[in-house]
Amino acid sequence: MASRSNSPISGIQSLLRDERFWKIAFQALIVLFVVDLLWHFSATLNDNMLGRGINFGFGFLGNPAGFAIGESLLDYQAQDAYSKVIQVGIINSLRVMIVGVILATTVGITAGVASFSDNWLLYKISRAYVGLVRNVPLLLQLFFWYLAVFFSFPAPRNPFLFPNANMSWLVLSKKGIYIPGPAFTPATWTGIILLAVSLLLIGLVFNSVKVVRSGSYRGGVGPLLGYGFSLLMIPVLLVAEFFLLFNWDAEKGLYFKGAFPSLMSSPQGLWVIVLLALIIPLVVLARWRTQVIVEQGQSGKPQLVAIALLLLLGLGILLFALGWESPVAALKDDGTFTGGVTGGLKLSLEYAAIVTGLTFYTGAFIAEIVRAGIQSVSQGQWEAARSLGLNSGLAMRMVVFPQALRVIIPPLNSEFANLAKNSSLALAIGYPDLYSVANTTFNQTGRPVEVFLLMMATYLIINLLISFNMNQLNSAVQFKER
Amino acid sequence: MTTTSPNSPLVVESSPPPIAQSGPVAWLRKHLFNTWYNTLLTVILAVVMLLAVWGIFNWAFRLAEWAVVPNNLALFMSGLYPAAQRSRIWAMLGVNVAMAGVTWGLLARNQAQLFGRSILIGVGILCAGLIIFPLTRPSAVALIGMVVLTLACAWGGKALGQRKLNLTQFLSAAWFLVYSISLLILAGGDIRNSLLFLVATIVLSIWLASIVFNVLTKFSVVDAISGNTVGIWAMRVLWFGGSLALFLPVYGFLNVPLPLKIVTMVTYIAFVSLLVPILADRRTLTTFVVAASMFGLGCFLITVVADLIGGTIGLQAIGTNNWGGLTLTLFLAITGIALCFPIGVLMALGRRSNLPIIKGLSIAYIELIRGVPLISILFMGQVMIPLFLPEGVRPDNIVRAIVGLTLFSSAYLAENVRAGLQAIPRGQSEAAASLGLNNPLTLSLIVLPQALKTAIPAIVGQFISLFQDTTLLGIVGLVELLGISNSILANPKYLGDYSEAYLFIAMLYWFFCYAMSLGSRRIELALNTER
Repeated sequence: MASRSNSPISGIQSLLRDERFWKIAFQALIVLFVVDLLWHFSATLNDNMLGRGINFGFGFLGNPAGFAIGESLLDYQAQDAYSKVIQVGIINSLRVMIVGVILATTVGITAGVASFSDNWLLYKISRAYVGLVRNVPLLLQLFFWYLAVFFSFPAPRNPFLFPNANMSWLVLSKKGIYIPGPAFTPATWTGIILLAVSLLLIGLVFNSVKVVRSGSYRGGVGPLLGYGFSLLMIPVLLVAEFFLLFNWDAEKGLYFKGAFPSLMSSPQGLWVIVLLALIIPLVVLARWRTQVIVEQGQSGKPQLVAIALLLLLGLGILLFALGWESPVAALKDDGTFTGGVTGGLKLSLEYAAIVTGLTFYTGAFIAEIVRAGIQSVSQGQWEAARSLGLNSGLAMRMVVFPQALRVIIPPLNSEFANLAKNSSLALAIGYPDLYSVANTTFNQTGRPVEVFLLMMATYLIINLLISFNMNQLNSAVQFKER
Repeated sequence: MTTTSPNSPLVVESSPPPIAQSGPVAWLRKHLFNTWYNTLLTVILAVVMLLAVWGIFNWAFRLAEWAVVPNNLALFMSGLYPAAQRSRIWAMLGVNVAMAGVTWGLLARNQAQLFGRSILIGVGILCAGLIIFPLTRPSAVALIGMVVLTLACAWGGKALGQRKLNLTQFLSAAWFLVYSISLLILAGGDIRNSLLFLVATIVLSIWLASIVFNVLTKFSVVDAISGNTVGIWAMRVLWFGGSLALFLPVYGFLNVPLPLKIVTMVTYIAFVSLLVPILADRRTLTTFVVAASMFGLGCFLITVVADLIGGTIGLQAIGTNNWGGLTLTLFLAITGIALCFPIGVLMALGRRSNLPIIKGLSIAYIELIRGVPLISILFMGQVMIPLFLPEGVRPDNIVRAIVGLTLFSSAYLAENVRAGLQAIPRGQSEAAASLGLNNPLTLSLIVLPQALKTAIPAIVGQFISLFQDTTLLGIVGLVELLGISNSILANPKYLGDYSEAYLFIAMLYWFFCYAMSLGSRRIELALNTER
């Protein structure tokens, strides 16, 4: 033994005693194991599919779907292709997600801020809402809204009208919920949804360009992969952006026109474009005003007047050019209702149920996030703001809330992602969202793998869009430190 | 000083009486009517609330048809479990309640009085409520029996805990035992197929192996073998054979091309079967091989003996398609929680590992799972798992559901645990390293306990959402609490009684979720070291 320990260690022995060697060996074993497992599963899958006479491929997407769906912004017929029904599903899902995110944020911030109210009743109501809604499963809440609330609406021939039959702002019946709305065609709504998505995509484009321009590919595998990914993403994103905005032909593969062709097809859509275009001079003017005030010490009054005029113009367009109309329940000669409703915005019960359920459920979680964020701002900030003479509303709005945002936004990101994913529960109440139509598609075609891959990719992309944009927002509200 | 002007503070003028600073009027003034807009808000909210409360009461006591709940209570609680066997559900409840009592008693062993006044009053109210409440009245005797059993077990547990001080460390093992006993009661059938038998076999084999091993060490057999050339070579051959015998049957099933098979086999044999016995310390190798063979022999013997005796204990086998209701919901949730926790912790550690491949795989797993809806994973479990397995192999519906639920939750849990790990300052692991602890010990003794403590609220939040997510299994065909409610509501007799049934199960869900978050707050308080 003694002679062995004195003898010089051979090359192979020193290799075997090296920790690095074992680390590599261990990882190599893991890689082999994972590759084996994945290969095994895919090979078995292939065998099973061949046994059923199915070849992997997406050719089936061109076949006629042959099933009707409840509601669609695109002009969908049962004999249209599977790819069209899936696009209809995606747009329906986006409709739920976009509206859900906006409403849930509103409800959540309101309830979160209300829990700091010095009004005891408001505080208690806000706490009760959060405690009640967070602890009951979302699916149960969806069933409740759909079956217990919305399905108890009166029959179409005997609708509930608010305030009265002559001037109704709200018409409720089993046929749907009618509220006042702008006179938009389905194409206009599609255009607005596509515009929203393309705005989110622009965030991703900017991020990729930033990564490529900073040239941060040094420092290991991770940054290199990120760099390559960004480099690859820029052309892909630009092409996607082009089709989302300018696709002019709604028949070849993509079954919707791009945002601009869709919006330009109706006068209301044109006004929407004008309204959105107003944002650019507003931002420029606001920046100019700040610059003038800070650097030249002027009052910035002319700019303020211009901003006010632009806002007034925007308000005018919003109120008068979009053709707002309220729903009117059609009457027969004898004074009974025919069951039809003209004008206004129709929300199907399924859509209303999924949006309501998601809004209140996610809103309760957002309320807790907002509450935790506001609590994280130190008491001294409140006191300093109050000692400057700000009242409690102003102190919250101008001092505390902006600081709370940096704590609020990261968890808000995952809450939005949860909302997007939870929108797939629409299947349970019969709203034809992406998951629901994908489910029918795979049942009919017997191609679960392809349909599942498509669906998974769509949800992953949507989540990626949400998290990239929220991360951008996050870095904008963080403390600027050295 | 000497002159006093009329304006000086010394001149007392009569001022109005001060506004009351305490009492209900002052409270109202301060909390509800302090400003004009708060007054307005209060009035509006109060009117709305009164209308809502009145509407709810009107509905609940005059319009609602509550018959759907008591008439189907057994379905809500245990689904399609055969009526003749429902006493087994009670037995299961009894076992769990007894264990809960023992746990309570053990944890409260240092308190002067186990049953304080508030607890006695609470128990009294609970028992009275069980008798008065129409829903629980039919089974009030059994339920009160459960309460008494809990109290008795708590008393016994306290007495036991005072006599034997180290019993608390066996609590989690005892709960695992209770879990496997409950599973046996629920499923029945052949005891040899049960989790309890598996656990018993493993524990007994370890016990037998340790006895034999003690005898062997007494006669220094291990040293004799490792000192002897023939002996150590026998051990090496045994390791070689054993590692291959465990690997080959599993690997033989894999459906991979020959080159990949050969590469894997060669790597495995080179690293595991050959290098390990050559490099390992002789004594360690001998100890391990001897202990492992004893263990294997023990398992084998117990199985043979059980086969000779035969394994039914008189409980009729109830297939999983008969499980349902609250029982199934709780079973799914508890199993899912117990399984997703270790996987989540491993994934979180993997994501923070400095081995790039482990890290990459963990990130890929977590981000992929977090990017898709749970319903699509459950759908994959129902539709695609059979496609991934050889023809004819079709795992049980509930097993597939639990696999989906666990895979999904563990990815979220991993992120929660990772946040906890990030909150632990680097100094902690550096201090541990300077004390001479190696990596696994640093993790298990220093970093993980602190990280998990920090992450308790997030982890329990994830458990709560796992509990809520069991409802999604209703969509893929299990009759858990929500699924069975929908089946009941499909009965023409109860058509339209949606609100009643949904409110009832919403209360059940709310109760369990709220209890979990309350428990998390208690644990947080108990573990708080910064008081």
